[in-house]
Amino acid sequence: MNHLTGHLARHPKLVQFAALLAVFFVLYFSIDPSENNILWRLPAFLAAVPEMLNNSVEFIMFEWLPIETYNVEIEDYETSALMIEITRAISRSVLFCIEFIREILIGGQKTIVAFTSWDFVSENKWARWPALPWTVVAGVAITLGYALSGRWLAILVGCATSYIAVFGQWEPAMETLSFVLIAAPLSVVLGVFLGVVAFKSQKFETVLMPLLNVAQTMPHFSYLVPVTVFFGVGDHAGAIATVIFATPPMIRLTLLGLKGVSPEVLEAGMMNGCNKVQLMFKVLIPTARHDILVGVNQVIMQCLAMAVIASFIGAKGLGFNLLLALNQLRIGQALELGICIVLIAVVLEKLSLGWANKQIDYFADLSFVERHKYPLIMGGILVAGVVLASIGGLIFKDGINYFYLIPHNKGLTTELFWQSGVDWIVDNCYSSLQVFNVGLIVNVLVPMKNAYLGMPVVATFVLVMGIAYIVGGLRSALVVGGLLLFIASTEWWDRALITAYMSTFGVIISATIGLISGSLCAQNKFATKGILLVCDTFQTFPSFIYLIPVIMLFGVTDTSVLIAVIIYATIPATRYTVEGLSNVPQSLQDAGTMSGVSRFQRWIQIELPLAFPHIMLGINQTVVFALFMVIIGAMIGTDDLGQLILKSLSDEFGIGNGLMLGLCVAFIGLAVDQILRTWANERKKALGVA
Amino acid sequence: MFSITKTLGAIIAGAVLAFGSSAAIAKDSSKPIVIPTHNWSSQVVMAYVIGGIFESLGDNVEYKPADSQAVYEAIRLGDITISHEVWQSTFGKSFYKAMSKGGVIDAGTHAAATLEEMGVPQYVIDDNLCPGLPNWEALKNCKGVFATADSGGKGRWLEGPQSWHGDLMPVRVNALGLGNDYVVKFAGGADAIWAELASAKKEGRGIITFNWTPNFTDAEGFVFIEFPPYTDGCRVADGGDGSCGSPKGWLKKAANYKFPKTHPAAYKAFSKISFTTTQVGQMAALVDVDKLSHQDAAKKWLAENEDVWKPFTR
Repeated sequence: MNHLTGHLARHPKLVQFAALLAVFFVLYFSIDPSENNILWRLPAFLAAVPEMLNNSVEFIMFEWLPIETYNVEIEDYETSALMIEITRAISRSVLFCIEFIREILIGGQKTIVAFTSWDFVSENKWARWPALPWTVVAGVAITLGYALSGRWLAILVGCATSYIAVFGQWEPAMETLSFVLIAAPLSVVLGVFLGVVAFKSQKFETVLMPLLNVAQTMPHFSYLVPVTVFFGVGDHAGAIATVIFATPPMIRLTLLGLKGVSPEVLEAGMMNGCNKVQLMFKVLIPTARHDILVGVNQVIMQCLAMAVIASFIGAKGLGFNLLLALNQLRIGQALELGICIVLIAVVLEKLSLGWANKQIDYFADLSFVERHKYPLIMGGILVAGVVLASIGGLIFKDGINYFYLIPHNKGLTTELFWQSGVDWIVDNCYSSLQVFNVGLIVNVLVPMKNAYLGMPVVATFVLVMGIAYIVGGLRSALVVGGLLLFIASTEWWDRALITAYMSTFGVIISATIGLISGSLCAQNKFATKGILLVCDTFQTFPSFIYLIPVIMLFGVTDTSVLIAVIIYATIPATRYTVEGLSNVPQSLQDAGTMSGVSRFQRWIQIELPLAFPHIMLGINQTVVFALFMVIIGAMIGTDDLGQLILKSLSDEFGIGNGLMLGLCVAFIGLAVDQILRTWANERKKALGVA
Repeated sequence: MFSITKTLGAIIAGAVLAFGSSAAIAKDSSKPIVIPTHNWSSQVVMAYVIGGIFESLGDNVEYKPADSQAVYEAIRLGDITISHEVWQSTFGKSFYKAMSKGGVIDAGTHAAATLEEMGVPQYVIDDNLCPGLPNWEALKNCKGVFATADSGGKGRWLEGPQSWHGDLMPVRVNALGLGNDYVVKFAGGADAIWAELASAKKEGRGIITFNWTPNFTDAEGFVFIEFPPYTDGCRVADGGDGSCGSPKGWLKKAANYKFPKTHPAAYKAFSKISFTTTQVGQMAALVDVDKLSHQDAAKKWLAENEDVWKPFTR
């Protein structure tokens, strides 16, 4: 007893938590669940907002400042509006850039059309840009890899390009590549620009930060409809949605990097007489290079993670073919397409890294040939590739020139192998998994869901705001309360509770798996590298692929959704645990060992507490990933916010509904973020590692 | 560098818009007709078939992937020109919504008689899993056959996403007095239904799903449940109690309102195009059964069925 009171006295927060829980349960069981009871459910104050939002967007887009134009083709006047003309002009220029790169890679006529007209192209059938032979594109990419980072990168690029070509995915891969090659640089430039502005102006930063928070936690499905209304349907719309998704981490990391530049460096720059522009581009940005490079890496991963979702609004390429393959339940084919997406991500990331790390040798005294070695080699490859393709035209008689362009799905395939693998699993494991499935649903998921739905709204507020108060004080409590109030005032509170139940379950399991596997892998250098590679792969590997096998095994149930959630959300939990543990200073570990702790004690008493703040950030990311995947789980079949977000694609007030539902999901994420981040910062201060 | 290319692109695109629109109007515009591709086989093959028909008239054609629900808004705004598979109960709502806003026109109906209804795979009938099917009254005695992990002992109807027909099926279950024995679960999309069907088939399990014909499932056999016949006004929205089956449905074609004026010849052909159930089935089977690519399937179909489609172009 004495021991217990002593323990409680040392941890006053435990007492507060216990009191909070007690209040929560009293409220939980004492409030009458009737629709008119304001303590049970708040009235939907915001029910009319989606429609208003929708109407105002449509007014601005289609009616505000009308312009009369005469359309020759229909011999009639048309009314257009200023906004739609502006956004469509942006669309056209983005599309032009994408088509331009695409046609260099796989040929076409759109670029020529842009300089002439469709009439000209129709009348002159020769006016068509030819595709580059795949060997040339591969060869140039390999040379680029060698030039930027040496032999290993060249080998990697070679393997990746050959895989894509040989497996008959060259055309869709180049289509995806062309839109990533526009979206990624656009995101990086925009991200660095906004990051620099935020660094210069405190005011701008204060305005920007909450917007970034929302953008990073809002599910991508919810802004697909607004993007199509503003920018239309097509590759450009896909690219723009991708930019919205990929820019926020770039801004954040730029800002982080710039803030981390030590004043001495800045002063040294000023003493050398740099002007403001020079100071930024010659001193600050190069010094902050590490963080900016992490940002570039993130942008590339985000861009390819969007490849599938972008195809919902008209992006051509791997993503669209993947959805098509899944609809035919051709999982093997979808898998091969998914691997192509991962390969493009890896190659682009390594190339950009190599480029950024390349130092210019200002003092080299080289001859013309030495200086222009690589362009010359690439020129040689072009000639050789064209010659090879012409030879190929003579060798291959069945209409397919394998040295020029291997048509879609006419290459090698391992589809049969994967397909029979999936079939084998379904055949052999279904019955035993069914027992697990029924047990899980009946004993855990249904009771948990009912418990969440049975929470009076007041009890939820008390619990969540109480936790925020204990962890971060009054300010945190008010922020979290405000976020919840927004959700509770929409008509979707019950659905939000279901989203919360699935995310909670997913996060608990993911965090446990991540913590354990991360801790195990952090013990060994090779395992650390290996697990980080696995994390990178799964982050860009399209999650849609595992939805189908999961449905085959567990049916259209919450189990299926949760398994998909866990696969995806375990990534950040694992990554941050590994990183956190690897960064524990060696000296502290040695000190522990000398004090005679066992390996297990060292993990529990020293390593985990020190890595705790970083792991908390990982859990924070796990929550965001889980929320995203719960929303994508609507493609399996759920009855939460995600179902409505998916439905908003065809809703009457699609724009308004999509955005409001997206905000609800974002606010759940931000409420959790507020609590976890404050907690992590507190711990950092306590540990002296802030 | 990038921003220069972009500005240049904008200038060029703007110039093209200004000059490009002054073309002659007597014949079809050379601007491409944009055909949407969705994520099911018959639709994609038919997109390439119709594209091939347009090309035979000398038109330029472009294919764009699009979401099957969001596409009507895109047609309305002119980003996409046509849609050639508008299924009554699945897309009817989105289609009429876009039409009422203005900008979308109804370009006629296919000959194919469609049915969109709950049903069971052929083996459920053959193995006599639920004696008396396809008559709906048989369902009263075999809820256990159709129970799933999360249905709490009741039988489960796997309905399409809620955006397809709202609460039609839950209402029907109750109106037929099956409410105590059956629950309706909304799938997230067609993929989820196919995955469940494939998995059930391996086990020989009983399953009730929403499905339609013509569809690729016709090849393996799919039997629609015979509910009390549809009559005008039997649905709740029309004042009835909802205890009736689905009507024989239509498969329509939609187009942007400018299409008849910009491409008169192509529009004339498009409005005449009318595929039968068998023809739609053939197109899907070339991909789903013969494993051809969608483009190759369309080429093959066009080559083998000139007598079918040539008359559309005259």
